[in-house]
Amino acid sequence: MSADFLYGIEVILNGLMAGVMYALVALGFVLIFKASGIFNFAQGVMALFAALTLVGIMEGQIPFSHLINEIFGTKIHNFGWEVPALLAIALTLLVMVAFAWAVQQFLFKHLVGQEPIILFMATIGLAYFLEGMGDLMWGSNIKTLDLGLPQGGSRVIEELSANLGGDDFYGFFIDKLDMVASVVAIILVLALIAFSQYTKHGRAMRAVADDHQAALSVGISLNFIWVLVWSLAGLVALVAGVMWGAKSGVQFSLSLIALKALPVLMLGGFTSIPGAIVGGLIIGVGEKLFEYTVGPMIGGATENWFAYVLALLFLVFRPQGLFGEKIIERV
Amino acid sequence: MNETATPQMQDQTLEDYTTADGRKIGGVMMDLKSITLRFGGLIAINDISFNIRQGEIRAIIGPNGAGKSSMLNVISGFYQPQEGEVWFMGKKRPTMRPYKVARQGIARTFQNIALFEGMTVLDNIMTGRLNFMKTGWVAQSIWLGSAKKEETINRQKVEEIIDFLEIQTIRKTPVGRLPYGLKKRVELARALAAEPNLLLLDEPMAGMNVEEKEDMSRFILDVNDEFGTTIALIEHDMGVVMDLSDRVVVMDYGKKIGDGTPDEVRNNQEVIEAYLGVSHD
Repeated sequence: MSADFLYGIEVILNGLMAGVMYALVALGFVLIFKASGIFNFAQGVMALFAALTLVGIMEGQIPFSHLINEIFGTKIHNFGWEVPALLAIALTLLVMVAFAWAVQQFLFKHLVGQEPIILFMATIGLAYFLEGMGDLMWGSNIKTLDLGLPQGGSRVIEELSANLGGDDFYGFFIDKLDMVASVVAIILVLALIAFSQYTKHGRAMRAVADDHQAALSVGISLNFIWVLVWSLAGLVALVAGVMWGAKSGVQFSLSLIALKALPVLMLGGFTSIPGAIVGGLIIGVGEKLFEYTVGPMIGGATENWFAYVLALLFLVFRPQGLFGEKIIERV
Repeated sequence: MNETATPQMQDQTLEDYTTADGRKIGGVMMDLKSITLRFGGLIAINDISFNIRQGEIRAIIGPNGAGKSSMLNVISGFYQPQEGEVWFMGKKRPTMRPYKVARQGIARTFQNIALFEGMTVLDNIMTGRLNFMKTGWVAQSIWLGSAKKEETINRQKVEEIIDFLEIQTIRKTPVGRLPYGLKKRVELARALAAEPNLLLLDEPMAGMNVEEKEDMSRFILDVNDEFGTTIALIEHDMGVVMDLSDRVVVMDYGKKIGDGTPDEVRNNQEVIEAYLGVSHD
């Protein structure tokens, strides 16, 4: 096999793994949008907040320590212990569930029945609030998230695949963290699908997504389902935050991954879990392949805009996305 | 003679009795006392009292805008009345959210059909069984034995209802694709799946042709007869109401103008005037 062809395959593999990461962020959007019609602008910040909280808990930071020091003139920063990663993840998840409850209790409960644009504006407010809250709780410095996940290229794959091509091919370069992230994302997606298809709460979630009145009439508590959905979105945000945070550090720019989810959603449709996954993969592979093939001809850096242009094309020709529900009004 | 159906007369005897067709009517199941419901300045329901007895088919009739649906919404908890008391099964009901009312065994259908359009008929009806499912979500998502057994039991119940309402052939069809008459039937099926004590039907036959109306009437009678379900329904078709119901409440402009057996109501002067209009001379 020619080296060019093999490098092409490597690009696709890396694209698929990048796509899984995009899909992970997009999933959070889909969950909330499906169940409540809210486009959650805060999803990216939720990922950032989850990652910040995880690092903070692991390092034994005292939340709001700056604030406390400022008010009481103390000099506390640390509990002086370190929390093992798994326990810290569980605690962070609890924080995200508490956050979900608070969001429903103090915000969206009071906005039931409002126009989608108002709900959307509320999530923008929520995003800024949460961003500030993250800083206030855990400080604004850039943090590293070390969960002990494998980093760097995989030697095994590189050596095994080196024999596939000729002398000018040195084997596939596959990042180990990307592989872990892909596996985790796949497990998460399967779990989410199983949850929504086979459980009582999953069925109730789908019911609420479809018709509020009907859901109430069969005894489903809308409040409970919305807290549940926001908690699931919090879980997805946590996983996305951990994976992206482990890759590129926990800092404000982490919240911008939400922007990468937008084209994914436009491709896959806002209401489809499989859509989010396929959309993510298409964008991941598409932008890597485009950069690899067309990129050199036009001066590179195509990854910054390729996804958005692709999404624009979709908006023109298939606005509901690949898997979204086509809305037909009967007259 | 037109005084036979005055509000004072309605609570006549509350002894159990058996109807001509052999159905048993028991004591008061749902008692509405002086219900008043306002929307701002508009009085939708004005000091109305009536009751629903165990095992009966109770019709609520009246011209458009009389407050019939509002009444049903009060019973099912979708609206909270400003004044009055709702007594259910001998207990005064506190202010209660609609999902809690549903869990108490009051199922309903809607005037404008509220179904889960994206789900299949089977899934729609299964949502009626949600409150019967008790195994944990972990067990359910990994399809453990106990969860599986529970699903099977509930599925059997749902299949019975599907057979009962004769909708076997559409059980896997997404509801959004069904014609109107069948949607109404699926909605009834979902309500029945909850095995309600009290079933509220908001215009179950609206927009149906004669044949569909006959089918629906038969189903309503069968439900009442076979499951002993107490039914309160709103209907415009007088023929249907007179055939189906044991007792009728008549509303007009938010007030109760008649209450009694179909015959009593039919001969009530106020009711006749509300329906046919009256000449002011």
